[in-house]
Amino acid sequence: MTIQHDSSPKINEYAHPEVLVSTEWLEQNLGTEGLVVVESDEDVLLYEIGHIPSAVKIDWHTDLNQAVMRDYLEGPEFADLMKRSGISRDTTVVLYGDASNWWAAYALWVFKLFGHADVRLLDGGRDKWIAEERAFTKDKPVIVESEYPVIQRDDKTDRAYRDQVLEHIGKPMVDVRSEPEYTGERTHMPNYPQEGALRAGHIPGANSVPWARAANEDKSFKSRAELEAIYEGEKGLKADDDIIAYCRIGERSSHTWFVLKYLLGFTKVRNYDGSWTEWGSLVGVPIVRGSEPGTLTH
Amino acid sequence: MSSVETALNELGGEFAELGVKDRLQLLLEISQELPDLPDRYSDHPDLLERVEECQSPVYLFVEVNSGVVSIFLTAPEEAPTTRGFASILHQLLNGHSVEEVLSAPEDIPDRLHLSEAVSLLRINGMRGMLNRIKRQVREKA
Repeated sequence: MTIQHDSSPKINEYAHPEVLVSTEWLEQNLGTEGLVVVESDEDVLLYEIGHIPSAVKIDWHTDLNQAVMRDYLEGPEFADLMKRSGISRDTTVVLYGDASNWWAAYALWVFKLFGHADVRLLDGGRDKWIAEERAFTKDKPVIVESEYPVIQRDDKTDRAYRDQVLEHIGKPMVDVRSEPEYTGERTHMPNYPQEGALRAGHIPGANSVPWARAANEDKSFKSRAELEAIYEGEKGLKADDDIIAYCRIGERSSHTWFVLKYLLGFTKVRNYDGSWTEWGSLVGVPIVRGSEPGTLTH
Repeated sequence: MSSVETALNELGGEFAELGVKDRLQLLLEISQELPDLPDRYSDHPDLLERVEECQSPVYLFVEVNSGVVSIFLTAPEEAPTTRGFASILHQLLNGHSVEEVLSAPEDIPDRLHLSEAVSLLRINGMRGMLNRIKRQVREKA
C-alpha cells in the first residue's frame, strides 16, 4: 500500500513531489503501517543522543560501505541491512540526518542503486525537526525483522565511474564543492584534511555550483523557482542534459543529484562518488585550476 | 611504561574487545563524562583556543601548576563523537606531569580501535586536539 504523498504547496511544485516530505507531514504520519523512518548522520553518535520516535539508524560509514574495498554493499548485504532495519521492498522509507541531509541524501542515493521504489527525504532534516521542537526520544525502536529480496546493484543509472567521467568531459558537469576547492586553492574542504587529494582544481568543463546554494538557512531545499533560477537560468542546464555531479567523496553531490533529478526533474543525472578524492589523485587525468570551467587541452 | 601509556593500553583493550556497535556505545558513555568548564573559562571563551581541525566548535585551554597539567576542553553536546574524543584525551592526560603529557604517544587516536566505527576525519580532529594540548603544555611549562 502506498502512503500518500505530502501535498503541501511547496513540495507539490517540485517535479517529483513524491520524494520529499515536510516535518509536518512526517509528524502526522509517524506510526503509519508500511512507513520506516531512517536517520543517517555524519556524526555516528547523534542518533544515540536522540532521534525521531520510531526511527532506525543506518550509518553511512559502517552500514552502507564495504569494510575493506572502497565501494558500497553488494545485493546480499543490502538485503540483510534492510531486513534488520525492518524494511521490506514495498516499505515507504523516509530518510533524514544532520549536516543539511548530506548523509541522508547519500543513503537515499544508495537505496536507489538498489532500486528501492519509495524512499523520501525529510525536508530540513534533523536540524529543522529539532528547531521546531517536535517529538524526540532516546528510546530504541522495536524492529520486526522483514523480508527483502537480493537485488543486483545498478551502477549505470545514477552512478558514474572515472572512465565515464573522462569520456564525459565537454558535457555538463557540476562541481558542488566550495569555491577554494574548485579553483584549486585547497585540496580539501576546510577542516576535512583527511579527505584531501594530491592535486587541487576541478575536472575540465565542470561548472561550480556549491551544494549549499540549493538549501535555505533552515536546511530545507529552496523552492522550485529558486532552484530553476540557479541551475537552468544561471548555469544553463537543461532538463534532458546528460549531467554528472561530483564533490569530494560523493556525499555533497548526492544532495545536488537529488535536487537535479527529483526536485527539478532532470532525466539523466549521475553522481560520481569517486569524486575529487579519486580524480585529484589519479595519474594522468586533466585538471583545470582557477575560476573558469576550462576545456580539455591535449 | 608511563602511566599515560598504561591507561591508553587499557582503554584501547576495552574498545578492542567490543563489537563495532558497542564501541560506539562506549564512546558515547565516555563523551558524557567530559566535565563542564569551570566558570573562569565558561565566562571567558576568549581565553580558549579553537581546535581548527574539528568541524564542530571544540575549544581547549591548558594550565600548568607546579609541573602538573590541567586540561579544559569543551565540545557541543550535538557533536557527541567529537565530545567523546575530547573526553578520552581529558581522561588520559589530565592531572599528569608535564613530562608525561609531552611524551604521550602521538598515535593515541590510532590505538583506540575506533577507525572501523568512526570516519577518519573525526579521528583527525582528535589528533588536532592532542597536538594543541602538547603545544600549550610546552609553552606554559
